[in-house]
Amino acid sequence: MSAHADTHAHDDHGHHHKETFVTKYIFSQDHKMIAKQYLITGTIMGVIGVLMSMMFRMQIAWPEEPNVLFEALLGKWAPDGVMDADIYLALVTIHGTIMVFFVLTAGLSGTFSNLLIPLQIGARDMASGFLNMISYWLFFLSSIIMVISLFVEAGPAAAGWTIYPPLSALPMAQGGSGMGMTLWLVSMAIFIASSLLGSLNYIVTVLNLRTKGMSMTRLPLTIWAFFITAVIGVVSFPVLLSAALLLIMDRSFGTSFFLSDIFIQGEVLHYQGGSPVLFEHLFWFLGHPEVYIVILPAMGLVSEIMASNSRKPIFGYRAMIASILAIAFLSTIVWGHHMFISGMNPFLGSVFTFTTLLIAIPSAVKAFNWITTLWKGNLQMNPAMLFSIGFVSTFITGGLTGIILGDSALDINVHDTYFVVAHFHLVMGISALYGMFAGIYHWYPKMFGRMLNKNLGYIHFWVTAVCAYGVFFPMHFIGMAGLPRRYYTNSNFPLFDDLANVNVIITIFALVGGVVQIVYLYNFFMSIFYGKKATQNPWSATTLEWTTPVEHIHGNWPGEIPHVYRWAYDYSKPGHDTDFVPQTVPLKEGEEELQH
Amino acid sequence: MDLTEGTFEEKQGRAKKMMLWFGIISLIMSFAGWTSAFVVSSSRPDWLKDFQLPNAFVISTIIILISSVTFILAKRALKIGNRQETSLWLVVTFVLGIVFIAYQFLGFQQIIDLGYNFTGPTSNVTMSYIYLIAVVHILHVVVGLICLLVVIFNHFKHKYNAARMLGVELAATFWHFIDALWVYLFLFLYFIR
Repeated sequence: MSAHADTHAHDDHGHHHKETFVTKYIFSQDHKMIAKQYLITGTIMGVIGVLMSMMFRMQIAWPEEPNVLFEALLGKWAPDGVMDADIYLALVTIHGTIMVFFVLTAGLSGTFSNLLIPLQIGARDMASGFLNMISYWLFFLSSIIMVISLFVEAGPAAAGWTIYPPLSALPMAQGGSGMGMTLWLVSMAIFIASSLLGSLNYIVTVLNLRTKGMSMTRLPLTIWAFFITAVIGVVSFPVLLSAALLLIMDRSFGTSFFLSDIFIQGEVLHYQGGSPVLFEHLFWFLGHPEVYIVILPAMGLVSEIMASNSRKPIFGYRAMIASILAIAFLSTIVWGHHMFISGMNPFLGSVFTFTTLLIAIPSAVKAFNWITTLWKGNLQMNPAMLFSIGFVSTFITGGLTGIILGDSALDINVHDTYFVVAHFHLVMGISALYGMFAGIYHWYPKMFGRMLNKNLGYIHFWVTAVCAYGVFFPMHFIGMAGLPRRYYTNSNFPLFDDLANVNVIITIFALVGGVVQIVYLYNFFMSIFYGKKATQNPWSATTLEWTTPVEHIHGNWPGEIPHVYRWAYDYSKPGHDTDFVPQTVPLKEGEEELQH
Repeated sequence: MDLTEGTFEEKQGRAKKMMLWFGIISLIMSFAGWTSAFVVSSSRPDWLKDFQLPNAFVISTIIILISSVTFILAKRALKIGNRQETSLWLVVTFVLGIVFIAYQFLGFQQIIDLGYNFTGPTSNVTMSYIYLIAVVHILHVVVGLICLLVVIFNHFKHKYNAARMLGVELAATFWHFIDALWVYLFLFLYFIR
């Protein structure tokens, strides 16, 4: 460490301290270690979330039948192995919460923003390593509290991940409305603090710590995506906090912000005049941007991986940036499309329909640009590339149903059915997950210095891809047939008897798709120790992170930070010996920078 | 302005200032959440249309405005190297902050005297909002006071001078923000019924 300290002693603070196990692996302030911490915590939360979905899928397929797995995992919530209705709701709720916030927000953004922002812009670390560390540990704490809430006597929160009052506001409303809901709120408040600290760090790091020559229009699209994601987070998460505070006041101090005259368990409560619709407005003002907080980083990762593995510049670089900005802006004015049946003024509904359908334009620009990037490319079909292509596929499939759901006249018919479940799982759940997997396969060598096993990667992708569509395609049909979401069982409705078989098929796909993730987990954890050693630039990519040594050092580059002379996508440029020109290579005499 | 230029220290200083500004944006958004909830709720049948903001709030508004001025004076004194004057104005700002909070609580007392509690049968949702918004603002003032305390402590330890005053500047920005925020909230509560 001290060997190169003198070359950049003026801009390095970390080297003076001796690193102990605790400062290196636990309370680390190094962005690369924090990224790995986020990834592994997110993975563990992901395993919990997926296990839950497998359990409630089994209940839907074989309603009220005894199951040894329920008996083993749910204990008192599955008397004689039959899943209890209350825990079913709780599983759905916590599955949603964990997957949306803990896996696809913190796990995805937290991992890749931390790993890639300093490496790809040419910075030694985040603007504030200390706040970055705090951000991770707040996330860890909120994860622990969320997991603890699963073991509460009366059950975890069961009001749905959107926690609409009154289920979330009245502790006596249902089992999960008591201590479970309280812990949910505490956990999410800490999570929001963590997310805000992280986002502030990402924003100022991207703006201020770029190396010489790294203008905003030379940034890789990953960085643009992380940057805008962080901005959306800073603008929208505080509003959820506002709503949560009002909710807590209603819950614990007896105010009536969201509650109106309510008669519960034979008793008239004192609340009057409030409206849960106000909560819906505040919640979805976060809730909809949250969808883009989940999907934008995946879009950035996919853009980068596709360009690199097609050996072609990304198609329409500026259009890609413009569409990210457009999506970010539009995301804050469309929240009403979640509330078409809340009794809103039909005129207001049509305004939200209009703004919602506008999002189709930048989304289509992106999908078009990904396809044209692939077009006639020299495609390198490694697992990262397959997941990226899978991302485009699910994003388009899920996006198309978004046009139907964004239209108030059509949405009213399928609102709160499995059609909606299919839509958002494909467009943000599976897509973002694919983006995350793509990122992990691509940047694993940067994180751990070793390669993931390719063949296991292929198995992982193909089985996952078939199962994902196997689960969510049929859901469109049962949704259009009217099957409502979140129902514990449909066996009381003869109307839906014909759909029972479809639900069995969906569940089988879900189980296989869930179990095959073991292949990935095995690959991930074994490769940390036994994977093939990575070379410095295994994918022959142009961006700055591949100019750092394979072994992590604090401060990223030994010696000076390299300067940047060109944009991030000089693949297959005429006049060069290799099919990629790293950003650090100065322009040749007479060479023009591509007018992207 | 090319933000890729500058030494590591300059970049870090810039980054810290910008971080505060983006933090302020997020705080503004949370207050925007509460004030828009206030606007939406004002169509409720039990909304109070003709309430009077307590007089104490007027006085507290004037006090927090003055405290911003004294903070500016402290910064100016620090820039010309007048240590004693800096100490004086910093302490005055701190005291004014405390007095502001005292007047806010006096305001709550005046609302209670009107017959409105925060919660319970004698409460009204309009007043609940005013209590909530003012209390959350007080929490931010407390954070500002803690920052100010750190600044005063560092100042007595001779940590700042005209060339090195990032901490003072950050604290000042935050202080002016909570000042402007209260003025906005006051005008909002005064005019929006």
